[in-house]
Amino acid sequence: MLKLQGIEKRLGGQAVLRGVDLRVAPSERVVVIGRSGCGKSVMLRIIMGLLPPDAGEVVFEGTKLTGLSEEDWNPYRRKIGMLFQGAALFDSLSVFENLAFPLREAGEKNEKVLREKVAEALKIVSLSGTEQKMPAELSGGMKKRAALARAIIRKPELMLYDEPTTGLDPIVADSINRLILHLGEMLGMASIVVTHDMVSARMVGDRIAYLHEGKIYFEGTPEQVDRCEDPLVRDFVRGHAEGTGVTG
Amino acid sequence: MGRAEYLTGKLGGMVMGSCQTAGGVFLLLGDTFRSMFRYKIRWDQFMEQMYFIGIRSQVVVLTTGAFTGAVFAAQVWFQFKRFGMESAIGPTVSIAMCRELGPVLCCLLLAGRVGAAMAAELSSMKITEQVDALRALGVYPVEYLVVPRFLALVLSAPILTAMALVTGIGCGYFVAVKIFGVDGAYYWDNTVKFTDRKDVLIALIKALIFGVIIATIACHKGMNCPPGTAGVGKTTTEAVVNASITLLVVNFFLTVLLNALLYSN
Repeated sequence: MLKLQGIEKRLGGQAVLRGVDLRVAPSERVVVIGRSGCGKSVMLRIIMGLLPPDAGEVVFEGTKLTGLSEEDWNPYRRKIGMLFQGAALFDSLSVFENLAFPLREAGEKNEKVLREKVAEALKIVSLSGTEQKMPAELSGGMKKRAALARAIIRKPELMLYDEPTTGLDPIVADSINRLILHLGEMLGMASIVVTHDMVSARMVGDRIAYLHEGKIYFEGTPEQVDRCEDPLVRDFVRGHAEGTGVTG
Repeated sequence: MGRAEYLTGKLGGMVMGSCQTAGGVFLLLGDTFRSMFRYKIRWDQFMEQMYFIGIRSQVVVLTTGAFTGAVFAAQVWFQFKRFGMESAIGPTVSIAMCRELGPVLCCLLLAGRVGAAMAAELSSMKITEQVDALRALGVYPVEYLVVPRFLALVLSAPILTAMALVTGIGCGYFVAVKIFGVDGAYYWDNTVKFTDRKDVLIALIKALIFGVIIATIACHKGMNCPPGTAGVGKTTTEAVVNASITLLVVNFFLTVLLNALLYSN
């Protein structure tokens, strides 16, 4: 479904990605883990066409997306949903208007249909009844769930999650993880989840890829990652600072 | 490295930075015009911006116009009465308001009020990933965010300037006639006689072009805000300063050009 080939990206003169290769099959949930600043979010932005890669290709459903103009990207963006790290709800619009936005953009004008679809999406993320609230009135977890509802309302084929549980308490983080699993199973969508939360990675990932120094350093099932004896992967998975160059 | 080399490098960097910014502003202007024809205009967004720019700016613009006309009439009266030229106060105020004071002061205020708001709003959207979210939802940000603001400001600026002219000239009349006792009939007759339609046209053309300058610079700054909340403050300040300075510089060239074009015969 999605193939990344040799993706390279420099930001501010520093090589962030140095040849990322990754494949995602239909309905597969791939978790990308790695240390802060290793380029996980940059990779998602490149997949979404929000940043152009310096080299390499993004191929989605057999179509090479790299090099497309901003406007030529749009039909593909409508097949890919993205949950941003900070939720990125439009703060001048109510929750209803935020969720109705992608549907209106797709040409849906019938208010009854819009109300039904918004109510359905909010029910999936357990936010029924919040239609008239403004984003500023929502908690961090509620914002993420509302943003998730907005991202899935057009039933994308691929969902990108940028740090979905960062900054949330363990209970809310667990509910988001369950939601990611539930959405994958219910809508049959493939997912790429970027995180450094290993609880989340083990829970939602069919496969885990460890991004290190701009490349996919290790790939495997959650069990393979847990059994991996490579010191870099082991230290990250167990949260050990020894050998990583980080001192207290 | 010597001091001269350091200063030359610094100056070169500033010139390069200014050229890059100017290039970015022109590219955004071109993209805005292209988006106007390529996409449907979002009338709901346009009307919202018209309300914010056109309606909500009226008080500040009318106050400025009124007091500018009033103080200018007073100053002219102080000077002209020494030569017995009180009857020339009307056209002097009227022409000055039309050609310079009306459009320049009205648009400087718009740069401060509207330009700052535009830059701050777009910057906030940029740093909270809302602009990226728009793109991720398949919406071109220039079409959705810039075009309605641009059209609303370009349309509002001449209308607000016309209102500032009316209040300015009206208040000038009030000050000269009612306070300083200038003959009202002479004042008004001379005002109408010496104020040409072309003077009003100059005001409206200038306001239109200033509207383009303010909207483009404010939107460019907002859409290119550096990350972090400090970036929003910096961007907003730069938007107002850059728009105001550009407006004043362009005003000089417009004055020369429009006079050459409209008064060549």
